[in-house]
Amino acid sequence: MFFQDNWSVLSFTSGYLIGLLILFGLQRFISSKYYLFTLLDVLKLFLLFIAELFTSSMVVIGKILQPKINIKPGILSLDTSLQGDVEVTLLALLLTLTPGSVVIEISPDNKVLYVHAMDIPELSDGVRRSQIRFERAIKKVTRP
Amino acid sequence: MSETNLIELGIAIIVLVGTIFGFISSIGFIRLPDIYNRAHALSKSSTLSVLFVLLGTFLFFVMVEGYFSIKLFLGIFFVFLTAPVSSHVICRSAYRCHVELAPESVQDDLEALIEEYTCKS
Repeated sequence: MFFQDNWSVLSFTSGYLIGLLILFGLQRFISSKYYLFTLLDVLKLFLLFIAELFTSSMVVIGKILQPKINIKPGILSLDTSLQGDVEVTLLALLLTLTPGSVVIEISPDNKVLYVHAMDIPELSDGVRRSQIRFERAIKKVTRP
Repeated sequence: MSETNLIELGIAIIVLVGTIFGFISSIGFIRLPDIYNRAHALSKSSTLSVLFVLLGTFLFFVMVEGYFSIKLFLGIFFVFLTAPVSSHVICRSAYRCHVELAPESVQDDLEALIEEYTCKS
């Protein structure tokens, strides 16, 4: 870093790529997971979240704009297989951000999420499906 | 029509879509029956609208002014981080204060837990 007078984006990128390659070559001797794969999983989780956000927003907007509001709201209980504060918090955050479901309460032993869904007959399957997808993606991120 | 005009038109459409989402969520806030359903409309569609408006602003600064503003991404990030927490806490405290669900509600799995919880303590 101190050997050069001018720093450019090109030299930074090439150095970074070489570092990545060396780290990849030394992967057998390092116990932790290659961090680029974790980064990819985080990116995948984010894309999944954006897709869920759009599809369920459309459902909620359709419900709101009907001339006569015809919804059957209710509170569902969802069993989760995730463990630990980080994983459960992440799942609750993502489920709350997707419209049509708000996490109201988490049972004291962190096993059951109580979710308020806007329209039970239509959304309960969707909420379960997105929960399973989120769980799979979260496990990839947090577990080695 | 020149290129800059076209870019500005696209950005204007993005911002307009964001404001339409915000408008729809405020309509939902008025029309939906109880506090839990209003939390759906208010917290989430408005997240989407903030996302679109800030994205449009970001694209405007990048393409027209040539200035990469990381602050706007920070804004999106923090809105995404705080909006669900607030709606969760509002709904939870409402349920603990025994705010009734709307009469159309069909299912309530939480009732048993809360009763057990309050009897114990």
